[in-house]
Amino acid sequence: MLFFSFFKTLVDHEVTVELKNDISIRGTLKSVDQFLNIKLDNINVVEEMKYPHLSSVKNVFIRGSVVRYVHLPSGAVDTALLEDATRREATQASARAKQG
Amino acid sequence: MADADNDAAPTVQEPLDLVRLSLDEIVFVKLRGDRELKGRLHAYDSHCNLVLGDVEETIYTYDEDEEEEQQDVRIMKKQSEMLFVRGDSVVLISPQPSS
Repeated sequence: MLFFSFFKTLVDHEVTVELKNDISIRGTLKSVDQFLNIKLDNINVVEEMKYPHLSSVKNVFIRGSVVRYVHLPSGAVDTALLEDATRREATQASARAKQG
Repeated sequence: MADADNDAAPTVQEPLDLVRLSLDEIVFVKLRGDRELKGRLHAYDSHCNLVLGDVEETIYTYDEDEEEEQQDVRIMKKQSEMLFVRGDSVVLISPQPSS
């Protein structure tokens, strides 16, 4: 849930999604869901010459499981807030684990 | 059993606690596909999804010559200021002494 909320704060920012097949797609993050599936608008494929088959596509849905990295604009990320949220989530997760 | 350490020791009780102690510290992450990352850990969850800042990625590629003795390793380095890493690629996370 932490990263779902995190990505929701990044909607309308420019991101670069690197897939597990090495293709990198740059575009505007339009939406995200709980599986971290991603919708991008106005996309450009990095190294277009190497991967020309997407050059006419403007708008994509990416299945979360094929994502390797998402390169983010560091200015849009509040790292202190993120670390606090991570600690909170970690405490909740271990409390749930103890309950069985 | 050792019930005493339940509330007394808020340190390392489960494996991910080691990762929690590395928050805001430099970590070394080994990934599938001969990739390694070094960067500051800003977030993680139970799937080992990560957010790292000031990351250096190292990719090892092996140019395989037909003669088995010679195997050239090529090293490629990439920098990224902020990076989300999907947990299913993560092999290990290790605290790095910042040098």
